[in-house]
Amino acid sequence: METIKDKVAIIGMGCCKFGENWDKSADDMIIDAVYEAYEDAGVAREDIQAAWVGTAFSGIGGISIASPLKLDRIPITRVENFCATGMETIRNASYAIACGAYNIVLCVGFEKLKDTGLAGLPAGYTHPVLGVNVTAPGRWAMGATRYFQAYGIEPQEGRKTLAQISVKSHYNGARHPKAHLRREITIEQVLNAPLIAWPLGLFDCCGNTDGAAAAILTRADMAKSFRDDYVLIKGIGLAIGPGLGKEDASYDYIHLPETEAAAQQAYEQAGITDPRKELDILELHDCFTISELMTLEAIGICPKGKAKEDIDAGTFTLTGELPVNADGGLKSFGHPVGASGLRECYEVYKQIQGKAELPERQLKDVRLGLSHNQGGHPGSLLPIITILGQAG
Amino acid sequence: MKTGIVSYGAYIPIYRLKRDEIARAWDRGSMGGEKAVANYDEDSATMAVEAMIDCLRDSDRQSVDGLYFASTTPPYREKQSASLIALAADLRRQIFTADFADSLRAGTVALRAALDAVKSGSGKRVMVAAADCRLGQPQSDYEQNFGDGAAALLIGDEGVACEIEGSYSHADDILDIWRTETDTFAKSWEDRFILSEGYVRNTREAISSIMEKYNLTPPDITRAVFYAPDQRRHSEMARAMGFDPKTQVQEPMFATVGNTGAAFALMMLVAALEEARAGDRILFANYGDGGDAFILRVTEEIEKIRERRGIKRHMASRMTLPNYEKYLRFRRLIPTEAQAREQANALPPVAWREREQLISFHGSRCKRCGRTFHPMQRVCIYCGAKDEYEGVRLSDRQGTLYTYTVDNLALSSDPPTIVSKVHLEEGVEGVGENQKVGVYCLMTDRDPKKVKPDMPVEMTFRKMHDSGGMHTYYWKCRPPREP
Repeated sequence: METIKDKVAIIGMGCCKFGENWDKSADDMIIDAVYEAYEDAGVAREDIQAAWVGTAFSGIGGISIASPLKLDRIPITRVENFCATGMETIRNASYAIACGAYNIVLCVGFEKLKDTGLAGLPAGYTHPVLGVNVTAPGRWAMGATRYFQAYGIEPQEGRKTLAQISVKSHYNGARHPKAHLRREITIEQVLNAPLIAWPLGLFDCCGNTDGAAAAILTRADMAKSFRDDYVLIKGIGLAIGPGLGKEDASYDYIHLPETEAAAQQAYEQAGITDPRKELDILELHDCFTISELMTLEAIGICPKGKAKEDIDAGTFTLTGELPVNADGGLKSFGHPVGASGLRECYEVYKQIQGKAELPERQLKDVRLGLSHNQGGHPGSLLPIITILGQAG
Repeated sequence: MKTGIVSYGAYIPIYRLKRDEIARAWDRGSMGGEKAVANYDEDSATMAVEAMIDCLRDSDRQSVDGLYFASTTPPYREKQSASLIALAADLRRQIFTADFADSLRAGTVALRAALDAVKSGSGKRVMVAAADCRLGQPQSDYEQNFGDGAAALLIGDEGVACEIEGSYSHADDILDIWRTETDTFAKSWEDRFILSEGYVRNTREAISSIMEKYNLTPPDITRAVFYAPDQRRHSEMARAMGFDPKTQVQEPMFATVGNTGAAFALMMLVAALEEARAGDRILFANYGDGGDAFILRVTEEIEKIRERRGIKRHMASRMTLPNYEKYLRFRRLIPTEAQAREQANALPPVAWREREQLISFHGSRCKRCGRTFHPMQRVCIYCGAKDEYEGVRLSDRQGTLYTYTVDNLALSSDPPTIVSKVHLEEGVEGVGENQKVGVYCLMTDRDPKKVKPDMPVEMTFRKMHDSGGMHTYYWKCRPPREP
């Protein structure tokens, strides 16, 4: 079995301003993100040979991007994998490039959530009996409750650790001009905020955001003709199971086995054996603070049950040993579902290139980064992990 | 051959509302005491299921041949409730079911019909389940007076714990209390008329007639159990019929539960049976559009069916409803702010297709590896066997709360929503301690502040939502109703 490593290059990316974009339609945001990516890659609409679009709730079919972008009679596929929809575009496009079917392809992820008037995400199809009265924060909160219980952490103490994750993300997001919630917060603010789903409070939950992001992919051997600082795909892992952990009494609610498997796939492809040492930046899917904590353990950055120690020690801050969510993550940058996976890659791509918008957020010597996109919740996860590396 | 009560059970919802609190809301006099109030997710059908499960605690549920459900507040105007209740209590499919409705006497009418069915040999064991959840108009006396509850009596001719020696019935037609097609609240004519010509005349007639029929005088009766609309009429009736209120008359629960309509007399009878000894003779009378009366004789078998929650233990297991407004909310008597969440859907084909796992609450037990899963799986998650499973009942298993959240965002008529992962005991021998059956469900009848990981829980049949004008039922967990 061959690995995807060094076969596919990203030569351009774009990301619109995330936020409550009352004055922009999904089409507007798609155009903003894609034309930034065109310009970044130095390609034009006519160069695109195929495209993948990801949206969870805001459109169906390839026409959802062909229409605003005026793509004309090329293969376009809409993909969907819950909140992992964005990175699923890159995964599918990468294999199409790797097999030689196309030379230049476009990936677009978008979501227009703020027109619904709902608190939280739309439910989509849910079981009329088993699927009612459930929310995303509630499902992750059940992981937090059990995690604290299993490791003997007093819930109030655990909430303080989670609060540090949120404070860190807001600090980072406040420094990114495209982020949704650009405001620094304090531990006290987090702890005193209204409870959404105990033990998670308002600041443990990511924003409900409008946004779009895009990437242009090409064959690694052609990348140099577009730019010197292209970024290579080193590995992509995706692991989906029966998703019955919520019901299965054998599931312990403190591990994320699907994420562990996805990380293992990606590490093997990329040839990574010591992720904590080898990776320079992590973009983790922090839909909720507890997700970031549990993912740190699932992808082998922290030993099981020990993420708290690293978080409390500041390991993952902008100036720490291994910065996590340097752009603010879902928490502060925002979570337009279909766009998030591409946004997570956008930050790693820019940091590797040394092109973080402001000097104060540019990390030093970023060569290898991990972007983690996920749908679902503990017991029913759809995680995708993409490792991006510097060219050459 | 003796025919009579083989087993009994009862149910009182956990919430109690102080009548002073209702009086406070309307700035009027209080009748004192408190009333039992069904939770927002309960109705007469779910309460009947509770009482039946209590009644069938140590019986084979497959042995029940018929179910008569009695209520003036069945969930549907057209559509049987007994069929739903039978499915939830996991009775077998080949039984006869019927709803007895529209009269406060429905509980004893059903009892007599069950008795006749057993005597005729039509069925060996017939269940009578009576439940009511009536609404008095806000500010009215009835609002303070009415309570919610249920009782269940298993009628049979083997292992009879309380023989029904004789019965008497008459019909009378009087507009005393009624609801038309469109009425939400019970209506009545003027008190003096409806009491003297309705309750008092008919109840006296029923009691005297049966006493005369069987040649009995008050000293022959160990315990007199009879319906009354309120405490005062109950005391007056006892005196008028010559029973000593202190030693002979069953306490009518007005101060603690309230008038539970069609279930009321049967609940009092269950309370009497809880204290009864072999040889006791019980007079049992009920009123509503006529009168029913029965003479019962308690047998030695009564000692074998003591392990019931019945009235006494349900009474002791209680939570105070903090205010009248919450009661209005539970009964949907006040419009509340719509939550910014998508409403739930009712999909009858899904509910029907999945009735075994949703209503009977069966899990799939794999015949190859022996492990059980809920919801039921065609392909075993543990060993991969395909279509090698049998349904097993999970509703009567004890469990613990593995993890939970107190969700303020989820849709609810009584926020917050406690979403729970329960580990139920695996009832199969040879299966390890760590191999429990997981259930993902909501928690009800709870104080959010007292929810803790690993606390004990049990399952209860509840309503999930009423969207689309349809009632959608499923099971929830709750802290055990043990005082």
